[in-house]
Amino acid sequence: MNHIIKVENLVKKFGRFVAVDNISFTVAPGEIFGFLGPNGAGKTTTMNILCTLAKPTSGRATVDGFDVVRQQSQVRQSIGLVFQDRSLDERLSALQNMRFHVMVYHVPASVREQRIEQVLKMMELWDKRQDEVRTYSGGMKRRLELARGLLHYPKVLFLDEPTLGLDPQTRTRIWEYMLELQQREGITIFLTTHYMDEADKADRIAVINYGKLIAMDTPEQLKKMVGKDIISVKTGDDDRAAEEIRLRYQIEARHDSDGLTLEIANGEEFLPAFIREFGTKILSVSLRRPSLDDVFLKLTGREIREGKASGHRMRH
Amino acid sequence: MNNLRGVYTIWYRDLIRFWHDKIRMVGSLAMPFLFLFVFARGLSASMMPVGSGTDFTQFMFPGVIGMAVLIGSFMGGVSVVWDREFGFLKEVLVAPISRASVAVGKTLGAATIALLQGSLILSFAPLVGVSLSVQTVLMVLPLMFLLAASMGSFGVLMATRIRTIEAFYAVTQMLMFPMVFLSGAFFPLRGLPGWMNVLMKINPATYGITPIRQVILGASPESPFGITLFGHTMSLWNNVAVLAVFGVIATLLAIWSFTNQEQFSMAF
Repeated sequence: MNHIIKVENLVKKFGRFVAVDNISFTVAPGEIFGFLGPNGAGKTTTMNILCTLAKPTSGRATVDGFDVVRQQSQVRQSIGLVFQDRSLDERLSALQNMRFHVMVYHVPASVREQRIEQVLKMMELWDKRQDEVRTYSGGMKRRLELARGLLHYPKVLFLDEPTLGLDPQTRTRIWEYMLELQQREGITIFLTTHYMDEADKADRIAVINYGKLIAMDTPEQLKKMVGKDIISVKTGDDDRAAEEIRLRYQIEARHDSDGLTLEIANGEEFLPAFIREFGTKILSVSLRRPSLDDVFLKLTGREIREGKASGHRMRH
Repeated sequence: MNNLRGVYTIWYRDLIRFWHDKIRMVGSLAMPFLFLFVFARGLSASMMPVGSGTDFTQFMFPGVIGMAVLIGSFMGGVSVVWDREFGFLKEVLVAPISRASVAVGKTLGAATIALLQGSLILSFAPLVGVSLSVQTVLMVLPLMFLLAASMGSFGVLMATRIRTIEAFYAVTQMLMFPMVFLSGAFFPLRGLPGWMNVLMKINPATYGITPIRQVILGASPESPFGITLFGHTMSLWNNVAVLAVFGVIATLLAIWSFTNQEQFSMAF
């Protein structure tokens, strides 16, 4: 099997509103697949369908070879889920939450306690295992949810905005854990996000807007699609340098406060030759890639953060 | 096997939560005690014996047990609404256990908690001058459990269709108090206006509270606590059968409702 998730012509309507509009894609085993789009674009709805929490209006989807409508319990056994909003029992201790999970996911009794210890230690929550979850900080709760999602060794881990609302330090650490796991256990990660730096960690990204899939590729390729790399140069004589760039490369450099900026395709290959050949003295040079923000803006004509512009409330 | 384990896990968690919540345990006893020692005592001072030589407080005793069980189990459904509001229901619904086992586990959880509450009140029998034999206790506990399970599944059924905790309490108050007042918990089922008589006989709670009283206070054929339906005096087993049928229907509806709710219909 060369794919672990397969989605064909998936449609989900709520009344007359089309939340997911005829999308198709596949995800390979072991891949980190990012679903990128603003709030209300259809990311969570698609994920809910894949997780058997919502039924598609039409089209079909399989996870680990099981149909998400007809073979729900097999699908549920194959997946781990970390929801966008809280799903812990805050009146129970971390340990009690974990024990509930291993019971309902049929983890063999002989390995239950050992697994719980393993994931709680990995998430650095072992010392607090007896505390009621309501006493945890936001970051700790998130880590506990991630730990829980991994307890039954899922084939696919679904993460809905996994680090939403967390501070940058916690986000970085959670990502370290997840990448380590993905490497070690070979699990497939399907994540939705509207953080660009988070999407950048994916092997492939699907960009979704108003329920439609508008692009799907590696982050690198998506950025290339937008266009050129951005090079900033500081020289001894910016006017002379600009003239030289115009003559030598037929590129119009832009003057700004820090010197010159020029846009060029394949900046990495251009830069060494540029430095070697350039006649004017170079003081500093830097290369910047276009970001996924630029990609999204180019594809949709809107900023990813302006999700509320669609006029649909996100949940409830 | 998997279904059984699912039921057990759901039930067990609700019991842990109840155990953590000692105030709720104590609080749930307040109203029954008020009814028994203030309301019943106060009224019995100015009332004739109800029949079979029992005074009004003794007459009320099984009714108060029934009330506590009914309220406790019906309100137990709130745990479903609670779980939905606090997100935990998603963890439950996405787990590889059937929705039926979730519905049954929730029902049994509510029923067990209500049975515990009812048993606590039962243990105060000596305070109202009711003597209980071991045999009586062994008979009345299953009857209490049947009432608890039937009303528990009714509560769960309501909870699958109600989104907020406030709405759940509003709806249960609206249903629960008529059910309690029209069940014969507080007065004998005789000499009532016709409309009330009809409502009492439609009320499933009547068939749960009457046998509890028949067992605790004695169920002789001429007992004044029986129900007469279409000229037929219902035996204890007749009552149990009616309640059991109601309980099975409520459970099936709760399972159906749980299976067919789309949890995240508006979450996009």
